[in-house]
Amino acid sequence: MDFAHQWEKFWLLFYTNGGYKRVFSEGLVNTLQIAILGLAIGIVIGTLIAAVKVMPKYKVLPRILDGVCNVYVGFFRGTPLVVQLLMAYYVIFPLIGVTVSSLNTCILVFGLNSGAYVAEIMRAGIQSVDRGQMEAGRAVGLSYAATMMKIVVPQAVKNILPTLGNEFIALIKDTSVVSFVAATDLYKIFTEIGNKNYEYLAPYLMMAIFYIVLVLGITLLVKLLESRMQRADR
Amino acid sequence: MENQAKNELIVVSGLCKSFRINKKKILNVLNDIDYTIYEGQKIAIIGPSGSGKSTFLRCLNCMEDPTGGSIFFEGEDLADMKVDINRHRENIGMVFQQFNLFNNKTVIQNIMLAPVHLGIKKAGGLFAKPAVKKQIKEQAKENALKLLRRIGLEEKANVYPSTLSGGQKQRIAIARALAMNPKVMLFDEPTSALDPEMVGEVLDLIKELANEGMTMVIVTHEMGFAREVADRILFMDGGRITEEGTPEEIFKHPKNPRLQEFLSKVL
Repeated sequence: MDFAHQWEKFWLLFYTNGGYKRVFSEGLVNTLQIAILGLAIGIVIGTLIAAVKVMPKYKVLPRILDGVCNVYVGFFRGTPLVVQLLMAYYVIFPLIGVTVSSLNTCILVFGLNSGAYVAEIMRAGIQSVDRGQMEAGRAVGLSYAATMMKIVVPQAVKNILPTLGNEFIALIKDTSVVSFVAATDLYKIFTEIGNKNYEYLAPYLMMAIFYIVLVLGITLLVKLLESRMQRADR
Repeated sequence: MENQAKNELIVVSGLCKSFRINKKKILNVLNDIDYTIYEGQKIAIIGPSGSGKSTFLRCLNCMEDPTGGSIFFEGEDLADMKVDINRHRENIGMVFQQFNLFNNKTVIQNIMLAPVHLGIKKAGGLFAKPAVKKQIKEQAKENALKLLRRIGLEEKANVYPSTLSGGQKQRIAIARALAMNPKVMLFDEPTSALDPEMVGEVLDLIKELANEGMTMVIVTHEMGFAREVADRILFMDGGRITEEGTPEEIFKHPKNPRLQEFLSKVL
């Protein structure tokens, strides 16, 4: 059982018989979809949580919101992603009686999960912006929220862009567990290719190559974006 | 001065400010200050560091919330938490020691931001008609260009603040405050963070504003400037206004021993 032989059999399934079409049209697309939409939801939730976290706390409402955010972050950082997926798909959705497709469940849970992590990143980013920026905004008559949205958050996002890129990469890698709730991704497709003749060496090797190319490509994109944004300041 | 109609603009009464350092210690920065600022007055605040000058100035627009007393601006108490402070801050321009230009906006966007945002908000926010929005923007832009021309920085309209010198930044910060047509301008040590070379251009601009009759309160270490521009000078020490008078009185005939000592060191 030499490697060349195994590879030949895999190539027959993967390329000649058109297995690669599903790898791209289902596996890659779903993986990216879950990671990108998940991050988008995560950024929205994370920004909101971070805004609550940095709010002055001498009124009652911010304190209540702060408590809610702490519970949220505590839950999503305190349980494994797989557990959250299973909870949503097999426990919570059936209990409240809604049918949500595997893919949508994954997007939602990944979004909620990354929201908890992005919140911390975003909070650090907001606190890295000079306090004078907030003061200057308030001094010309803008409200706290308006100053936050127009002045502080855009600068914070720029400061945390590399960290957000890392979060995106982490999400892409985490998508390999979505088959727990019957969603199709890169891992699932390559497993199916292997299942055809019970040879997994070559398919999984190819899968690893897919992931690493994806991750390196995104790292490069983030770097490009970062240097572009820096230039905008000059 | 005497025959000028005196309208009260800001009335400070019993103003106190304290900071809590830790559970046991409270630092009293301002102790029961009473003062009235009239329209058209130019007031300079001098004093040793730690005397509460900046805190006093920052309390005037509630950048620091007072812990006691009242600040009446046009008859409304700003220290009252129920008052919409944002509406009043539009009428109180503020210039900071560290300029605090918005780093993510170009120079002209810095000046236009507040007039455009607040103008659209008053016209109905998100529901404002596009034509109205456009008109507000155009008007703000025209006004911003006028201000830039006035401070001689028209060619810098589309650059980011990071490329400017300190003096240029501070002049733009003044233009940004002026864009709201404030009734009073607060200057918090406007030249303290500048290279010596740049101080002149900023002071000249402030002088020009003073000559136009703008009401202003300036915290400064530039004694010569205070003497020339201000018509009242406050000397603060230990969180109180210990002496107050015309520049002539303060600089020529200081009565308070602490002020005499202070002047002998800085002049």
